[in-house]
Amino acid sequence: MSDSSSDECDTQHVLFKNRPEWSDVTPLKQDDGDEPVVLIDYTEEFEDCFDYFRAIVQKKEYSDRALQLTKTAASLNPANYTVWQYRREILKSLGKDLHEELDYIGKVILKQTKNYQVWHHRRIIVEWLQDPSKEKYLTEEALAKDPKNYHAWQHRQWAIKTFNLYDEELAYVDQLLKEDVKNNSAWNQRYFVVNNTTGFTEQILNNEIDYTLGKIKLLIENESSWNYLRGLLVHDKKGISHNKKVADFCETLYNEGNRSPFLLAVIVDMCSEQLTYDGGDGDSIYTVMRAKELCNDLATQYDTIRAKYWVHMAETIEKQAKEQDIQDTSSSTK
Amino acid sequence: METILKIRNISDITNKLTPHNSDLTKTTREQVTVEKLILKKFEDLHSCLRVNQNLPELFKEQHIKYLKDNLFYLPSSYESLDASQTWLCYWIVHPLSLLGVKLEDSDKSNIAKFLGKIIFRCQSPEGGFGGGPSQIPHLAATYAAVNALIILGTEEAYKIINRQKLYEFLLRVKQPDGKFAMHTGGEIDIRGAYCAISVASLTGIMTKELVDNTAEWIVSCQTYEGGFAGCPGSEAHGGYTFCGLAALVILNKGHLCDNQALLRWLVQKQMKMEGGFQGRANKLVDSCYSFWQAGAFPIIYSLLAKDGHILLDHLFDERALQEYILICCQHPQGGMLDKPSKPRDIYHTCYSISGLSIAQHFLNEKHVLGSYRNELVVTHPLYNIRPDLVAKGLIYFRNFNSGGST
Ligand SMILES: [Zn+2]
Repeated sequence: MSDSSSDECDTQHVLFKNRPEWSDVTPLKQDDGDEPVVLIDYTEEFEDCFDYFRAIVQKKEYSDRALQLTKTAASLNPANYTVWQYRREILKSLGKDLHEELDYIGKVILKQTKNYQVWHHRRIIVEWLQDPSKEKYLTEEALAKDPKNYHAWQHRQWAIKTFNLYDEELAYVDQLLKEDVKNNSAWNQRYFVVNNTTGFTEQILNNEIDYTLGKIKLLIENESSWNYLRGLLVHDKKGISHNKKVADFCETLYNEGNRSPFLLAVIVDMCSEQLTYDGGDGDSIYTVMRAKELCNDLATQYDTIRAKYWVHMAETIEKQAKEQDIQDTSSSTK
Repeated sequence: METILKIRNISDITNKLTPHNSDLTKTTREQVTVEKLILKKFEDLHSCLRVNQNLPELFKEQHIKYLKDNLFYLPSSYESLDASQTWLCYWIVHPLSLLGVKLEDSDKSNIAKFLGKIIFRCQSPEGGFGGGPSQIPHLAATYAAVNALIILGTEEAYKIINRQKLYEFLLRVKQPDGKFAMHTGGEIDIRGAYCAISVASLTGIMTKELVDNTAEWIVSCQTYEGGFAGCPGSEAHGGYTFCGLAALVILNKGHLCDNQALLRWLVQKQMKMEGGFQGRANKLVDSCYSFWQAGAFPIIYSLLAKDGHILLDHLFDERALQEYILICCQHPQGGMLDKPSKPRDIYHTCYSISGLSIAQHFLNEKHVLGSYRNELVVTHPLYNIRPDLVAKGLIYFRNFNSGGST
């Protein structure tokens, strides 16, 4: 008997207790005790299937019918990790065709895209087969339904990293960002690819900054692109306020009257960075005073939901500036 | 200090609406749809406010009834949580304890016995707890079972935990580079690290060997955005961020992560119009993040205090969060929902109530929206259990270690 997916769904479900091929097995009830709590009002089909599942686990039966049973059990509750773990034991012990299993779990995943167990099962089968050729396609199908599906992205990253499948990934990310520039998962994937391939060399950094500023111009009110920009600037050895391109971009926006909280927040960081760099230019526009004023503007006008945070930031910057002064004075008197 | 907070003006809310035609991304379309539902809730409340100044009200009686009913009977829609039965226990007993429910002694003993029995049956002979009777042990199920037992707080409950076997289970799922698998042969992510560290610290079985390299692995999950991901490379996410931060702080290694970036990301997850939190950048508000995100704040405060920063107030908008939970997420017959238009469930009830408690308390102060009748008991941010029950459990297991109790 093969473990193909022909049955159950379409035809009337026959309870296991009414199937002659299961008559030799005594179903094992869930032991809820005499006075149970959190007792789920199971449907007859659910209870029947799991009564037989418990029975075969207890017998440690590794057989085709047991494999078939795990399929029904998994369809009734795909989150039952014990079922999947037992299914893998059966697959191994019977030496089953794993490509068939790969097809099956792919279909299950597309019905149950937000479930830890089904993706994990997929991963193990791919590991056993050492064949990642279908993983990009499968995750793309899942991401077509929900481009922010966490499990799908995690699986995709795993496959890409394990089997070195980075080619074309930036193009895919770019495509998703064209569809929805607010897709934070796609931005995160961009970071993942650059970080694991070229790294943030000066030239790559430059390209990425251009790309990101272009996306910010498209839509300024977008946390994802600003977060990515900040993530890039961390790799700039000169610090975030010394990248002339970014600084000019931000100042232009500001002078045009833009008061996006994301923009103001970056300028605050540029200002507060002066504290940690020795001998900043005397005529720099990035001053502690400006940082405090911006924090105040954010707290009172442009980002009032985060008012307390901005007040805290202003205080922190002030405190750091004072400590810096004390250090400077004490070192200059030495 | 006690403060009664008053709700935001409707104009403070309408001027934060996402402009309709600013862009046509899927993200924005979905956001605009949710904002409409939420605005309706706020407007309804404001019209009732003219008659009743004590609004919004926490439907305590209804929530208690909903939780107690679910303690004994769950409809078949909960079949999908058949492998999460210890969680069902925790998601019910914890919010009941925050609602200050003092059960009759006989009820208490009965519930303890019931829970004791079911959790005892969930406990595996190989150590740890499974998601239900005769399911294999799982770290998340173990965390939920241990938390539920500590909330029960009776010797009968404590004694159910086989600590030696539990320790063996934790070592079995521990990986050499510090991370943890959820079960033998199971997936590996930051939840595993938190669950393992939490139960080990609560039951007094923490060893150096158990958490060797774990803090370093957790830190590698912090992303360029500042929050933590499920595993290195993935996207910053509220649930995983709580797990990462709480685990680090239990290990006394909070200084290893970038606290400034973390705080910046956390505050950014509070939605300006809705008041609740989102789980990731550019996603929708969801009441369960009232705990996963807001619960990280008191942990951050403790780290800031160590660095000499004296805080006088929350660093998120605790009033707006309480508005979201009380006005948008309560089911009139009890229980809470992710967001308007979603059904109620005990998971969101547990974490909305936990988040509400976090928002209402800052150090020893009370910042309660509505009337004082809305106030909840404090929760311990590292474990999400009442602090008195954490302390009681810790003392019990410490005595256990020194041979004071059997
Ligand atoms: Zn939720």
